[in-house]
Amino acid sequence: MACWNNLCFFVHVCAAVPRETGKCTPERRFAPPKPPILYVKIPKCTCWEVVFFYYDQSYRKRYHTSGASYLGGIVLEKEIVLNNKTLNKKGKRSLADEAVISFKKHWQLYLIVIPPVLFFLIFKYYPMLNAVLAFKDYNVIKGIWGSPWVGFKNFQLFFDNPMFWTLAKNTILVSGYLLLAGFPIPILLALMLNEIRNGRFKRLVQLVTFAPYFISTVVMVSIIMLFLAPRLGFANVALNYFGFDSVNFLGEASMFRSIYVWSDIWQTAGYSAVIYLAALSGIDPTLYEAAKVDGASRFQKIVHVDLPGILPTITIILILNVGSVMAIGFEKIYLLQNQLNIVNSEIIATYVYKIGLLNANYSFATAVGLFNSLINLVLLFTVNGLAKRFTKSSIW
Amino acid sequence: MASAKIAMQTPKRQTIKDSMGDRIFMIVIYTILTLVLIAVIYPLIYILSSSISSPSAVTSGRVWLWPVDISFKGFKVLFDTPQIMQGYGNSLFYTVAGTMISVVLTVMIAYPMSRKSFFGRTVIMMLITFTMLFSGGLIPTYMVVKEFGMIDSRWALLIPNAVWVWQVIIARSFFQNSIPDELFEASEIDGCSDIRFMQSVVLPLSKPILAVLFLMYGVGQWNAYFDALIYLKSSNLFPLQLVLRSIIIMNNSASVTDALKQVERQQLSELLKYSLIVVATLPVLIMYPFVQRYFVQGMLVGSVKG
Repeated sequence: MACWNNLCFFVHVCAAVPRETGKCTPERRFAPPKPPILYVKIPKCTCWEVVFFYYDQSYRKRYHTSGASYLGGIVLEKEIVLNNKTLNKKGKRSLADEAVISFKKHWQLYLIVIPPVLFFLIFKYYPMLNAVLAFKDYNVIKGIWGSPWVGFKNFQLFFDNPMFWTLAKNTILVSGYLLLAGFPIPILLALMLNEIRNGRFKRLVQLVTFAPYFISTVVMVSIIMLFLAPRLGFANVALNYFGFDSVNFLGEASMFRSIYVWSDIWQTAGYSAVIYLAALSGIDPTLYEAAKVDGASRFQKIVHVDLPGILPTITIILILNVGSVMAIGFEKIYLLQNQLNIVNSEIIATYVYKIGLLNANYSFATAVGLFNSLINLVLLFTVNGLAKRFTKSSIW
Repeated sequence: MASAKIAMQTPKRQTIKDSMGDRIFMIVIYTILTLVLIAVIYPLIYILSSSISSPSAVTSGRVWLWPVDISFKGFKVLFDTPQIMQGYGNSLFYTVAGTMISVVLTVMIAYPMSRKSFFGRTVIMMLITFTMLFSGGLIPTYMVVKEFGMIDSRWALLIPNAVWVWQVIIARSFFQNSIPDELFEASEIDGCSDIRFMQSVVLPLSKPILAVLFLMYGVGQWNAYFDALIYLKSSNLFPLQLVLRSIIIMNNSASVTDALKQVERQQLSELLKYSLIVVATLPVLIMYPFVQRYFVQGMLVGSVKG
């Protein structure tokens, strides 16, 4: 026991906590005790810490009442062994010691974490390594690493390809349209829902507008096709009913973007509104009362109380949306494509799929995909940086 | 809400009445929201009605809102088609197995990440979050899956996309915020190991987040088609969504309506599309009103920064 000098160890003091009367909420049950109830000093100890403990063993209303038995016994022994490391000048352990201690103590946690970490390494990071394919001329027999390097040839090919401008234009136009139309609508929906005090109607609108979010992409596209079908589709039946000619909506390249964007809004507006509604419910109610006393109309309250209140949320969602402009979903566009609207509907992601997997041109497709990911990453950092500079909110 | 309560408590003559402009404003809001409600719910009702109408009513455009000449012929044909039933079975399998794998893996990484005493948790968290921002891309991922021999096997739909970063973040912030450190320290004194603690303390206390994880992964698996499209070749492994795609979007219903007469076949293939949509979406949509709050909860937990 003499070697305790210059060692760091923890003394756990179990303090008895009187059982509370009445209903015991979790917050109250686990709130830290205010004054030290028991004060212990161990001789010849330069560094010591007192930790107070009280708990409810089976998460019901039972508490530990004895502290002393733990003091000399199990806990001390264990802590001394585990913390048998010298301290640096600041009184803290070095990083390596910290790691060793944590590892010895929590080896089970490190064991648990292995399978998911392996998952990320294999299915997320290994593909990133494989992306060197973009700088090689892939040869099935030689494999990824055996294939010859070709530098930026694949990128050069892509930039020289007349498809490049079409793809870039289509990708940016579709997602730009989606951003312009799809971003404000959930905010408006949330603001309107927030005005409504009739609980039932509000809940009904929320429930119904949220529902399409659960429809799968395939079903969504099926619905679009059924509604816009040239002959029997609901839209054309309605048009004919009012004396207009039928329109082949999906065959018109010029209509493709609108169909894509507005069906997307139909599907996700209710879902996206939830986050703004949550932000709105966090606004201090006294602000509304003050506004009302000052004679503000409902519209003025929206402009001067609601909007400033949810501005940080709006900024963050905007950053995320702009940051994913190039990562526009492949799934829905691919299903909506046909020979007639391909001029406007071919985007980078669908092109990568066709060139890479259908035509087996691996290197070229990887280069195109990599280019897309990089642009996206740069966009996200730029927007986040701008937001950090001009407003106070950013995603990291 | 709070202002409404206060208004109720105060005597009537002291409350400020809505002005004329405000009342008009509210009428406008109610009108717009009602229109939104109709715009969202109408297509859903229309499809449901069409699916239980007679084939001829559907093809002649007589269905407007409610079903015409109610018949369940479409569903009957669906349930008699082996291709569709197989797809249904496959989808059920992928959903159940995939969700189990995903939830287990997510908890396995999210819980240690939530513990302050876990050394290197910020590093691992950054590694994970980075995969959200940048990925190797379609082809390199395909090559990895191929290397592991998963192409054209059921594993391809269960493993390569098993863990979603977003779910890890949600689960981690739940564990962090709702499981107090005191609980752990206390059980440590009693000689409780980390795994035991996870089993008998963390998991029972985390039912809400487990519900969220199960639901989100479940719906995701049920609705997914992209992985199946790129990794699967044999049609006996196809999930329902791929079967749907070939029948509705690629208009390839020959296998379903083989034996029928020309006219009847055409009418039926229209009806089948509606029935298929209903059959594929109903499991999720029926469940939805009961579980909506969990989804909302999940989104809100995730929106907590950090």
